[in-house]
Amino acid sequence: MAEYETVIGLEVHVQLKTKSKLFCGCSTEFGAPPNTHTCPVCTGMPGVLPVVNRQAVEYAIKSALALNCEVPSRSIFARKNYFYPDLPKNYQISQYEQPLAQNGYLEIGTDSAKKRVGIARINLEEDAGKLLHNIGSREIDGSLVDFNRCGVPLLEIVSSPDIKSPEEAYTYLTTLKNILRYLEVSDCDMEKGSLRCDANVSVRLVGKKELGVKAEVKNMNSFRAIQKALEYEVTRQIKALESEERIVQETRLWDEKKERTYSMRSKEEAHDYRYFPEPDLVPLVAEKKRIENIRKTISELPDMRRQRFIKEYKLSQYDAGVLTSDKALADYFEQVVKSYNNPKMVTNWVMVELLGRLNTVNKQVRESPVSPGQLADLLKLMDKGIISGKIAKTVFEEMFNTGKNPQAIVQEQKLVQITDEKEISRIVEEVLKENPDAVEEYGKGKQKAIGHLVGQVMRKTQGKANPQLVNKILKERLLKK
Amino acid sequence: MITKKEVEYVARLARLKLTEEEKEKYTKQLGDILEYINKLNELDTEKVEPTSHVLRLSNVFREDKVRPSLKQEEILANAPEVEASHFKVKKVIE
Repeated sequence: MAEYETVIGLEVHVQLKTKSKLFCGCSTEFGAPPNTHTCPVCTGMPGVLPVVNRQAVEYAIKSALALNCEVPSRSIFARKNYFYPDLPKNYQISQYEQPLAQNGYLEIGTDSAKKRVGIARINLEEDAGKLLHNIGSREIDGSLVDFNRCGVPLLEIVSSPDIKSPEEAYTYLTTLKNILRYLEVSDCDMEKGSLRCDANVSVRLVGKKELGVKAEVKNMNSFRAIQKALEYEVTRQIKALESEERIVQETRLWDEKKERTYSMRSKEEAHDYRYFPEPDLVPLVAEKKRIENIRKTISELPDMRRQRFIKEYKLSQYDAGVLTSDKALADYFEQVVKSYNNPKMVTNWVMVELLGRLNTVNKQVRESPVSPGQLADLLKLMDKGIISGKIAKTVFEEMFNTGKNPQAIVQEQKLVQITDEKEISRIVEEVLKENPDAVEEYGKGKQKAIGHLVGQVMRKTQGKANPQLVNKILKERLLKK
Repeated sequence: MITKKEVEYVARLARLKLTEEEKEKYTKQLGDILEYINKLNELDTEKVEPTSHVLRLSNVFREDKVRPSLKQEEILANAPEVEASHFKVKKVIE
């Protein structure tokens, strides 16, 4: 088979985290009862005038700067005209000529294999309403429209066709999402629809200059789904070329259950949006000084933070990468370290215990029932020898389930470590009496038998005996025999 | 200046249903308008910035403050049909 290469460009839409909509004062709150966040402006009543939300523009410029874009001194809004029931004005206010930002790039990959993906342009625009085709499992004999989302500010981030594989598309998306979260301009939550992605994909013979005919793939609800949909498309297109079929330029939808894409009934004519400058909105002018002021509000970005974690906390590349892959997680880690200064230990507990438990219950770090302060307290209890490492895991589990403080749990459940040598000696005696076989084996030189005896002591104390002391006392006692 | 086909295309985009007579009429009228506007092309605009707005204003902003919205029943009063507090329209699923 001939060799093909894949060309992918991604169009990402993220909702900006403003309190009010882009052109009116309606709330952007997610999950409100349907059609309770609307007004004459966002529902396109005659005679109303949109006014731009200053915060939305600043978030947009901040994002553009973090994505290394040029922010031209002047940009304008445009009307994108089409009819659809989720769009009450029959046009979307977007940008076309003179977008807010252009010619940027995003660096993806690890230090050893860095790559730049171009950001062709960034538009500021308004979201459309939400369409519902069934209520739960009940089919409706029509479609239902909720206009709450209509007019919520969106940033459209269009990549250049620089992405060479579905896997690279996945990396691009996670990197982009992480940066936008660090900037605190968007929640980027695909489940809530605050991040959406359409993908343009085509294949061509290696060495060919012109691009192949592309398909636009939509309807993916996770980054993994996007990767899978792209993998499916690449295979489908190569197969088609190999059997000398013609690939048509079309929009295809991803079917999550069947794991395949299918052609969306193509509309009778090509999209003709008849863009023209929005006469109701005056141009946006970005003065140098204002841009520089916004640049100053950009805090440490993920890559810088990762480098710092490696240096400052002596973490491995991998650990630093995982911890900084989510701003909330990196913040959590640093807060624990602030009150318990043992980065290696904190890393282990955050990455193994905390992330493990969060994953099982499918929760985000932000929703962790154990606060950074509580985790630090737990580690301190362990450090002071009040509880053993093994008990600490039990306590953590309890903290995670109940949200209680570690001190309270240790007291309530009497989990304080037994460090009293007399007490341990007493239990050791009991265990020796009850396990004559093991004692005999140890006497015959079977070193392993001691493990069994230690285990018995720990069992009798519900894991509370200090393991080092148990070992020491047992050995001394056995030597005497 | 403009063909009947183009008039039909633009009418379809605007969801307008035109009779044969109207198509003929509008082809002529639109053609006349375009021809008239075309006179502007005789001017040398080499050194003139494209105008998107006639007002000498820029950066008209509002602060990010939530203001009261319409009541649900007020906005739904505009709906052709209502179901489960939504606007109900013809099925549009693809």
